[in-house]
This record gives sequence, structure tokens and C-alpha cells, in this order.
Amino acid sequence: MFSEWAWLIPALPALSVLIIVFSGRALPWKGAEVGIVALLASLGLSLGVAWEVFSHNAGVTQGIGPAGDADAAPAGAEAFLLERGLTLTPLGGDLAVELGMRVDGLAAMMFVLVTAVSLMVHIYSTGYMHGDARYTYFFALLSLFSFSMLLLVIASDLLVLLVGWELVGICSYLLIGFWWEDKHNQDASIKAFLTTKLGDVGLVVGIMALAGMFGTFSIQGVLDGVAAGDHSQALLTFALLALILGAVGKSAQFPLHTWLPDAMAGPTPVSALIHAATMVTAGVFIVARLFPAYQAAPVAQGTLAIIGAITLVMAGLLALVQTDLKRVLAYSTVSQLGYMMAALSFSYVAGVFHLFTHGFFKALLFLGAGSVIHAAHSNHMTEMGGLRRVMPVTFWTFLAGSLALIAIPPLAGFWSKDEILVAALEAGGYTGTVVLVLGALGGLITAFYMTRALYLVFAGEFRGHGHPHESEPAMTAPLIALAIPAVAIGWINLPFPALQPLSLSSWVMFDVDYWVANPVELNAVIAVIATVLALAGVLAARAIYREAPERDPLLHLGLLTHVLQRRYYLDDLYTDLIARTAVRDKLAPAAVWFSDRVLDGAVYWSGRGTYELGQGLYATGDQRGIDGAVNGLGLSALWSGARMRLAQSGNVQLYAGALFIGVFVLAVVFASGA
Amino acid sequence: MQAVFPLTFAALLFSAGVYGVLSRRNAVLVLMSVELMLAAVTVNLVAFHGLVASEAGDPLLSGQVFALFVMGIGAAEVGVGLAIVLLLYRNRATVNVDDADLMKY
Repeated sequence: MFSEWAWLIPALPALSVLIIVFSGRALPWKGAEVGIVALLASLGLSLGVAWEVFSHNAGVTQGIGPAGDADAAPAGAEAFLLERGLTLTPLGGDLAVELGMRVDGLAAMMFVLVTAVSLMVHIYSTGYMHGDARYTYFFALLSLFSFSMLLLVIASDLLVLLVGWELVGICSYLLIGFWWEDKHNQDASIKAFLTTKLGDVGLVVGIMALAGMFGTFSIQGVLDGVAAGDHSQALLTFALLALILGAVGKSAQFPLHTWLPDAMAGPTPVSALIHAATMVTAGVFIVARLFPAYQAAPVAQGTLAIIGAITLVMAGLLALVQTDLKRVLAYSTVSQLGYMMAALSFSYVAGVFHLFTHGFFKALLFLGAGSVIHAAHSNHMTEMGGLRRVMPVTFWTFLAGSLALIAIPPLAGFWSKDEILVAALEAGGYTGTVVLVLGALGGLITAFYMTRALYLVFAGEFRGHGHPHESEPAMTAPLIALAIPAVAIGWINLPFPALQPLSLSSWVMFDVDYWVANPVELNAVIAVIATVLALAGVLAARAIYREAPERDPLLHLGLLTHVLQRRYYLDDLYTDLIARTAVRDKLAPAAVWFSDRVLDGAVYWSGRGTYELGQGLYATGDQRGIDGAVNGLGLSALWSGARMRLAQSGNVQLYAGALFIGVFVLAVVFASGA
Repeated sequence: MQAVFPLTFAALLFSAGVYGVLSRRNAVLVLMSVELMLAAVTVNLVAFHGLVASEAGDPLLSGQVFALFVMGIGAAEVGVGLAIVLLLYRNRATVNVDDADLMKY
């Protein structure tokens, strides 16, 4: 019922873009109300779709009973899937560009996440962006982003997904550079755009490789093709690795993570929406979308696990030494995305579940950070402190988000992160062990840097300038609204087999067999160890920062601090060595020389050669040959005519003589013939 | 009758006519030479008539009759020819055929 109308979910924000662009300034709230109403309607519809998918899937799984009890799904039990589409234009062969929607559990979950966070960010932005010169433009971009992200989610076709993917990239670029008067913001937006573009090359290669293998761009077609098994394993692995490159770029995974911290140059609501909750999860989303294909390619799965494990620890360590609050959260986002990537190499539910919970509490943290920054007029934690008393709402909601991120039970992050560690443990083997150990270590680091940030921002005395005060209701209301899922959203997938038929694992399942074969279970040992590590991180940070938050010992660790503050020299490697020294100083001049001398020379000399050849042909072939033949024919006719006319002497006796000779000759001929 | 005598005679006569036509400059003499050639043909006709009629008979006397035709047509031809010569003389004050080359290239 609702699902048939799911196409309206991206269509409404698209309509909102048009209205805001053409008449936004004339409206009483300068366009903000259009975006809010459109997102509200989209959220309502998303919840309807989610309920429909959930009731169908839960009906199926309840019939099976607690996960893990049955050996196989009963015949006829199918996960919810609705595909509708229209063919726009054939591409020749069996290929066609299709505008289609694919509504299933994953899409329904993403609808809820994207529309809910986007709505909160819209409301929040009416306060945060109040009085900005490009207020209406900002809301047009927010709506455009919402449309693009929802298009990416709803796509039934890899080409449409690619369109949505690139559109969110453009929106990200425009919003990071929203305050483009500052050169630093421009640089950040260009860096984000180019870095993700590098990954997008892989995405396009991967999509083309899949389309080439299976003869279709349709996601269902690709999954069916993989299930049929009639394909080259090496080519499938190559295509999926190429897609991972795209996901690594978009989801800011090692080694292409460097753009995300710089992307914090954009307005904070943008960071919350795009660079925490939605766009950066697009890479995770595409892996989850093609999860059955990844199951068929162990090499690609292993790559995911290793990239995710490296990223989650590396980014977590970087977050330790940041003084910019938004950068702490940015590295935290990179780290959590690493968890999701690693999780998707073992368990579909774990990765998707963490995506869902993380979207809510990280959006909350960013919006809270925006509220703090709004009050303290600085991004730097060195100029904050003591805000707990003056900003109680922000403090308590930020605390809820932090505890969810630290994974303190029973908050949201605990359940999803625990799920990842259990999945890694059960997968075992080399990659499973790596992810389990690094993931547990990452939990300790996460707890430490978030507690550090909490103490630096909210404890002690205010170290900045002016008199900070609590933000207006337009900003605190979304914080409170998001704090509820940050606390409670984890409860929709409690790891007790009896509850599984009514939980997220059933809601988002792509396949009943997978649901039956991979029950979500509680591992008490893992849960206790993870919680103890998290508490250890909290207590260690508390011991260090409770007394004197301004004297930050992490910034005085000599070489270690230096390496971390230089971000492992990766930015230096990319910017100075690769971009400047290699490309700008060596490669670019060489390319210019090659272009000027070799290419231009080739073009010049081929043009010159053609000209000379034409000249020669004209002189010899045309002038001499053809004209000579034509003139020669005429002249020879003239010449021979001049000779032959002499026979026409006018002398009758000459004619008569010729006549007699002729008759005589003929007579002799006939006579001899006879 | 031996046919060789009249035929030899006719050949000589014809040759004389041809010579006259090709070598004489005076248009009148050229016309006369043409008459010699006509006469030679007439002699041939009569001679062959005699030859054919003596062996197979010729009740229609076709050779003799053709000889009369030739003489009639020859008379008419001379009439036209002399008229041309006369006009030539009036226009150019000469009857030399070498001078009458207005139709040359």
C-alpha cells in the first residue's frame, strides 16, 4: 500500500528544491518551511513503508519461530521486496536505462534514517543558519541533498544509484564550500570532491564490470546472476573490489579518509546530515545492497574487513589529539564507518544495524557540537569548558549521544557494536581475529576520546570569550528528538533469539534463509569485555581530565603527538608529495611539454604534411595530370582538325581523283574477293 | 561478235574521260570529259546487250533502251552543267576550275 508510493519519498524533496529555488525568498520563512513540510511528509511515508515491510517480514519470521531453531526457511517464505520501474531508453542489446525503485528492508531502514535526520537538520538549521546571507540557498541544497540521497537509496538500478551517488557528492561539495568567501573552505570542498571522485572511478569500473558480466544494470539482475553462479570468479572479485574503492572514497575509509575531517569546514548541520549520518554511509550502503554478491567473493570480503579494521583504529587514534570538536567527531565518524565496513564482511545485520544506530547518535553529537560552537563562537575545545551549567539541554543530549557512541549498555551503540564483535568472533579466522581485537581496542579508544571531549567542553571553567548561553528551541528540540533514538534505538535488535522475529534483523533481511542461518545472539563474554574496555577508557580519561582539562597531556607526548597531529603524514604525502611535488612539479610540466611538443607537434606536422601533400597533388595531379589530359584532348582535336581540314581543299578535281582512286581500290578488293 | 573490241574501246574512252576530268583546268573541257565517260558506259551497255542477246535473247532490248536513257540524261546533265559554268563565268570572269575553290576550308 505505502510501498507502491515509495517513489514519493525522494520526489517530495525534489519538488521542495524547485519551490525553494523559484519562490523561496518570497515565502515567510524564506523557504525553510517548504523543506520541513516535504521532509515531514517523506518521513511519514517512510514510516508507513517501514511498517509495511516490517509487518510482512515479521509475519514470515514469526512463522519460523526464534532464529536459529529451524534448519531452513519454509518454502514460499520470502523477504519483502517490491520493484517497480519504467524503461527510459534502451542502450542497445539487452541493456536499458531504467528508472526504478527497489523497496525492501534495507531501503525502508535507510528511508527512515535519512528522512528523520534530514528533518531534524532542517529544523535545527532554521536556528543555526538564522540571518545567513544565503539562508534560502542553504535550504534548497539541503532539500537537494535529501532528494539525492533518497534516490541513491531507492534505486533499483546501478546506473540510477550512480546518479544519486554523484548528486550527493555535488551537494557535499557545495555545502562544504557553503561559506566560500574563505579560501580554506574552498580548498576543503575541492579536496572532498576530488578525493571521493578518485573512489568513484572504482565505482564506475565496478558497475560496468558487473553490467558486462551479467548483462544488466539492475541490482536484482546482478544478485540473480551471482546466485546462478555462472560467472567468472576472478571478474566478480575484481568488480566488487572496484566497488569497494568507490565505497572507500565515499565512506572515508583508509587510505582515502583524509577529506572527511577537512569537510568539517561546512556548516555544522551539514556535517551532521551529510558527513555523519547519511552520505558517508552510502559506501556502506552499496556494500550492504550487494551483500549476497560479496558473500560469493571471499577476497572482497576479506579486503572489507582489513580496510575497516585499519580505519577504525587509525581514525580513533587521530581523534585523541584533535582540539577542534568537530574534527574529533569527524574522526570518530571515520572510525565508526570502519566498524560498519568490517562488520559487513561477516554479518549483514551487524553492519546495517550499526549504520542505523550510528546515524542517529552521530547526528545528535554533531548537532550538539553545533549548539556548543554556536554558543562559544569557536570550534576549538581549548576555548570551551564549563558549558554544562549554562547549556543543560545540550549537555544532557550530548552526553546521551556520547554514551551511545562509547557503547555503554543499554544505549544504542552498545547493541550494534557488540553485534559486530560477536559476528567477528563467530567468523573467526584471520580477518575475524583482526577485526575482533582491533574492534575491542577501538572501543577503548572511542571511550577515551569522547570522555576527553566531554570534559574539555562541558567541565571546568569557561576558557573562551563572551558569555555563552543555551541555544534557542529550534536547535534544542532536534537534540531532544534525536536523543531518544540515541538511547533507545538499539532495543529494536536485542540479541535474544526469542525476540528476533520482531526485530531489525527480520525487518531488514534480504533473504529468509540468511536470517535463519545467521541468528543474532548475545555473547556474554564479549559484551562484558567490551563494556569493561569502554568503562576503562572513560575512567582513564576522567582521571586525566577531571582536574585540569586545559592541561591536555595527550598534546605533550612528543613524537607520538606529532605524528598523530600530522595525521600519520598521509595528508602531507597526498598534498605535498603526490599533489605538489609529483603532479604539479614533475608530472604537470612533463604533461605540458608532452602536450606542447609531442602532441602539438604531431598535430602541426600532420596538418603541415596534409597541406604540402595537397599542394603537390594540386600541382602535379590536378594541374598537370587531369588538366593536362583535358587540355591535351582538346588540343589534339584542334591540332588534328587543323591538319585534316586541309583535305577540304575546295578543288573539285582533287575530290574526283580521290573518288576514282576509292572506286578503283574497292573494285580491286571486290574483284579479288570474288 | 567478239566483245573484246567494243569493251577495250569503251575502257580507253572511259580512261580518256577520267584523265580529262582530273587534268583539264577549263570547266567546259571537264564537262566534255564527263560526256566521254558517259559515252564509254553507253558503249558498254550496247556491247553487253549484243553479247547477252546473241546467247539468250533479249526481247525487251534493255541494253539498247538504257543507252537511250543515258544519252537523254547526259543531255540534261550537260544543260545543267553548262548553266553552272555560265554563272561561274559571269561571277568570276573565268572558267578555270582551280579558281572555283570557294567551298574550301
